[in-house]
Amino acid sequence: MYRYDEFDHAFVTARVAEFADQVERRLSGEITEDQFKPLRLMNGVYLQLHAYMLRIAIPYGTLNSRQMRMLAHIARTYDKGYGHFTTRQNIQFNWPKLTDIPAILTELASVEMHALQTSGNCIRNVTADHFAGAAADEVADPRPYAEILRQWSSVHPEFSYLPRKFKIAVTGAGRDRAAIQVHDIGLQLKRNASGDLGFAVWVGGGQGRTPIIAKKIRDFLPEEHLLSYVTAVMRVYNLYGRRDNKYKARIKILVHETGTEEFARQVEAEWEYLKDGELKLPDEDIRAINAYFAPPPLVSRPEGDAIVKQARLDSRGFSEWVDRNVFTHRHPDYASVTISLKGIGEAPGDASDAQMDAIADIAERHAFDELRISHEQNVILPHVARADLKAVYDALVATGLATPNAGLITDIIACPGLDYCALANARSIPVAQEISQRFASLDRQREIGELKLKISGCINACGHHHVGHIGILGVEKKGTELYQVTLGGSGDENASIGEIVGRGFAPDEITDAIETVVDTYLGLRLSPSETFLDAYRRVGATPFKEALYGTESKAA
Amino acid sequence: MKVLTANRLTDGEAVWFSAGRWVESIAEAEIAYDKAAEERLEAAGKAAFANNEVVDVELIDVALAGGTVHPLRLREQIRAAGPTNRTDLGKQARTPRLAGV
Repeated sequence: MYRYDEFDHAFVTARVAEFADQVERRLSGEITEDQFKPLRLMNGVYLQLHAYMLRIAIPYGTLNSRQMRMLAHIARTYDKGYGHFTTRQNIQFNWPKLTDIPAILTELASVEMHALQTSGNCIRNVTADHFAGAAADEVADPRPYAEILRQWSSVHPEFSYLPRKFKIAVTGAGRDRAAIQVHDIGLQLKRNASGDLGFAVWVGGGQGRTPIIAKKIRDFLPEEHLLSYVTAVMRVYNLYGRRDNKYKARIKILVHETGTEEFARQVEAEWEYLKDGELKLPDEDIRAINAYFAPPPLVSRPEGDAIVKQARLDSRGFSEWVDRNVFTHRHPDYASVTISLKGIGEAPGDASDAQMDAIADIAERHAFDELRISHEQNVILPHVARADLKAVYDALVATGLATPNAGLITDIIACPGLDYCALANARSIPVAQEISQRFASLDRQREIGELKLKISGCINACGHHHVGHIGILGVEKKGTELYQVTLGGSGDENASIGEIVGRGFAPDEITDAIETVVDTYLGLRLSPSETFLDAYRRVGATPFKEALYGTESKAA
Repeated sequence: MKVLTANRLTDGEAVWFSAGRWVESIAEAEIAYDKAAEERLEAAGKAAFANNEVVDVELIDVALAGGTVHPLRLREQIRAAGPTNRTDLGKQARTPRLAGV
């Protein structure tokens, strides 16, 4: 993985010192809250309902055991013994004191981590496929390009005061696990007919108040033009993006209002000035960054197949876990493992300090010291020898992290919601917990099959409800919580925005409503191999509306 | 009927105003029963904000139920107690009867 060079160390250390000084001046009253707020946000510090919140960047979701142990240490020393992994591959601590944050940032810097650009109207943490560098279906590892974007975008003077926040996602595979079509810019690594590496460039996707699927404005951008082309996009956005209305300030609105063709023309025109200038990436620089992401030495471990086969016979639990939480690696003797942070009835994405330490130990012992955070709020071990899967499973069982539910209905994405968040209108976590309990039976979950359920506690959609096969949006109506259900969303390469199915449900009705939707699907699917999403796309909303609201809903 | 709430600058702790100081429990909050009292609280909040004691100062609606102060909005109920999914955290962990929003 990437290691800081002298510049990175000096840069992060200087920023910590700068922010420590800003905190000190705030506490002494030298600067006002209005002056301080934009400064703290630039350093990942929010104020939530109960306390401050610190959002720490995990660039493209990649970290090592030393960094994970530091997160455990921070949870234990400065917070309340846990952290929350987010849909942007970051981690949030919910209870830090402002007075402790300079010390936390100093500790983070010692393991090459920071909280820069995790808030504010700048280019945020660049996210990537969580199986990057390991997946069998990958054209190339997207992380070197995400790292190049990170270096280029860090305190970029031209793009630090954009009309609104800006999110970039990169995938290296045709099967999109990074939800690139709901990002401001989505990049898909591909090869052209000559075998050259480049990107399909998608622009103007996003969720929130106005969910829009991104438009592809270029089918193939040679890799050396990554920064020049992205800069051209940013310049068009920075110049023409709306600053008069916060709700219309994202690039998706600009692309929508300008028209895709005209927007692409403007980008190409700007790019003409830039493409052969200093932003053109030298081949040696690309290779140098790539070298940081060289795969670990994956020695041949052919005994894995026999070991897994026998262990499956010996342990039903292991067999079920392999079925769901083990993903195909490009090396036949290896696999990628999903560590579910979605134990039945638990808060999605939360991990205790002890669990973080245990995960770090497992990564160090069995997974070449590599970890990833997925946007689905799970932890990934990208490289595990199949021969070691049983040992990994046993270690996960010991720390309560072996829930075999990856991709099933209880693998729920949920934002922190009104239990923590100052923006939320309704709670998310208790809804996720109740649904998880209702569908606790693994046999039932497996019978239902792949189903992505995503919950947001407000229209900002941190819980990605718009792209949930089943989405739940919490709103406040007449002082109480109400939950709207959307169906048919998807964040993959065939992205779609879920459709609102009808009137919302009260907190004590929402789990029943979800069960009704699921039972309706089970009743109408053509076969167990027809997933919920496939079935929904075949039959549309009507049978679900009738099941939820009765036939009178036709008249409504 | 209103009380004045804010978050303490140094640690973000949710606090309520009571007779010239900020307290960590809504049970101790000073209640404004009329417009004049609300204005007095508001002025105290502005002064405390200007004096860098607290941030996010707000007057919130409350009711009295069984002799205790009860915020009308769920958001404020959660601020007063703690996360509903973790009754071991926040003020409810110190004062168990606050749990169960």
